Amino acid sequence: MKNGIVIHNLTKKYGDVTAVNGLSLEVNDGELFGLLGPNGSGKTTTIKVLCGLLKPTAGQVYVGSYEVGKNLGKVKELIGVCPQEPAVYPTLTGRENVELFGSLHCMPKEELRKSTDFLLERMGLQGDAKRQVGKYSEGMKRRVSLTMAVVHDPEIAFLDEPTVGMDPQTRRAVWSFIRGLKERGKTVILTTHYMEEAEELCDRVGIIDHGKLIALGPPEQLKQKFTARNLEEVFIQLTGRRIREGA
Amino acid sequence: MKLQRVSALVKTNIKNLVRAPAGLFLLMLFPVVLTFFLGITFGAVGGQQSTYAVGTVDLDKSTAYARWLQRFTDGLKATQILNIQSYYDNETAQSDLVQGKVQAILLIPQGFGLSCELFHMSPKDPGAWVNVTVQLYLDSGSMFAMQAIPPIVQQVLAASIYGSPSENAFKPIQLGTPSLVQALKFTTFDYMAPGIFAYAAIFMIMTVAQSFTEDRERGMLRRINTTPTTSSEFMTSQAVSNMLIALVQVALVFVTAYLIGYRPMGDAISFTVAFIIISVFTLCCVGFGLITATISKSSGAATGLAFLFILPQMMLGTFISGGLSGSMREASKFVPSYYVTDALTSLFLRGAPVLSPMIVTDLAIVSVTSVAVLVTGVALFDKYGKS
Repeated sequence: MKNGIVIHNLTKKYGDVTAVNGLSLEVNDGELFGLLGPNGSGKTTTIKVLCGLLKPTAGQVYVGSYEVGKNLGKVKELIGVCPQEPAVYPTLTGRENVELFGSLHCMPKEELRKSTDFLLERMGLQGDAKRQVGKYSEGMKRRVSLTMAVVHDPEIAFLDEPTVGMDPQTRRAVWSFIRGLKERGKTVILTTHYMEEAEELCDRVGIIDHGKLIALGPPEQLKQKFTARNLEEVFIQLTGRRIREGA
Repeated sequence: MKLQRVSALVKTNIKNLVRAPAGLFLLMLFPVVLTFFLGITFGAVGGQQSTYAVGTVDLDKSTAYARWLQRFTDGLKATQILNIQSYYDNETAQSDLVQGKVQAILLIPQGFGLSCELFHMSPKDPGAWVNVTVQLYLDSGSMFAMQAIPPIVQQVLAASIYGSPSENAFKPIQLGTPSLVQALKFTTFDYMAPGIFAYAAIFMIMTVAQSFTEDRERGMLRRINTTPTTSSEFMTSQAVSNMLIALVQVALVFVTAYLIGYRPMGDAISFTVAFIIISVFTLCCVGFGLITATISKSSGAATGLAFLFILPQMMLGTFISGGLSGSMREASKFVPSYYVTDALTSLFLRGAPVLSPMIVTDLAIVSVTSVAVLVTGVALFDKYGKS
């Protein structure tokens, strides 16, 4: 598959702690895939391995048609990553942050300007584009961060909890933006704690817990399978009610 | 290596510095303010120069040839650098020297006048001369007196007694404390200025360490690592941006010093070489900054840990190192900033040619050390500092 993802028997250990335990998964070309799981279940670790930020302890991962460990340079040209924390330069303006990441992907100047203008407008940031990001609200920083991830129009986008801290209106605008990526044939991997978000956006979701895939399928199919009214009920049934982190 | 990426990161680094008040103060405003206050405090303003109190003790007491001593002391006074005080006896003069009332004592020996007279009667017949030695006592705590007074006395002696300031041949009257420094009409600030340039650059260690740890804390390093940017492109951008910052910093310090009366020796080539030496030294500071960032868990810790590298460079290799003890002077040869200050001192104070062995050696040592420190810093940060 040209722009799909294949994870084969992925294991990632941090010392004695196993964050991902024999995970196998395929994401189709042009699919919007939701990776769900409680805190510490291994979602972010999986994404970091897919982006080449972490080396797997065992197993293989393919992004596009490239094996990540062997063709990292090619993989980085294909992907756009919106990390969990809004990683932005606070002293740069919104526009400068976005343009920096376009430049790091060697976008032609005019194309970069047009793409930046278009995305800032879509994200409702055009009016604040010349303000330093350090003066933005948390939600605005996250929107800038998302824009930085997709300014170069990547074929595959990894969005790690992109809507945390956003008000409902902004969240819906971002949903619309993410849907737009899918409509343009992009492959999107989305992690989120908002089950309604996954239900609303994703073609398929994978629920992982303790580093293992425990459910996989379209949201509707999972709801039927577990006779649940919504995805949150499926999630609770599968992962339990116990608080994970700090418990 | 893609220049677009390097250029984008260089611009980002510079914008980050310019828009961060603390970093901007440390790297730009602080050196300028320091230069300004050192300049006006130590006599560069209006080209005024320091004066040194020098006592003379006439052990000759010759009335027949007193004019020679008079001519010598008049010559010393005419320099306007030495404030001459006559003492009746050596004990009083030595006491004043110990108490810091004078910075030097000239002991005019018995037979001084006769020696001068005989020399002038038979200037080409050394067999007819009477050789004497003028003893010079210096305040060992006054570095500037130690450096500046001997050559001044030597030149005045040559000019007033032999008639030529550049006379080097053997003559009957010798100065007891020879010095290799050709310091004439220099202010205290002139001795300090070369060290100030190195001093200003040293603080880059802290800003580089802070910048890397802050970027790591914000997740920016990880995020940039998800783009096609290579490690060499990223590190090149850091080196280039910091070199540019250092050049602006040096230019600002130089302009400030110039405006308050600093007039270094040397021509355009000397200044170019000085800029090159400082630019190369910047790589060393970036390297130390990376090592600091590697061992620091937070930007706050980086601020403190940076002083592990800043203090030795500052104390042993800049204008502060003037009064070092002998052992510390030897230790200073292990810090790169020593060679920067030494080269700049040679260029600006002694007017040394850019291809003189001293400058070439200093540049070579700074280059080799800087590259070694930078490579070590990059390797350590790449392996242990990114996460």
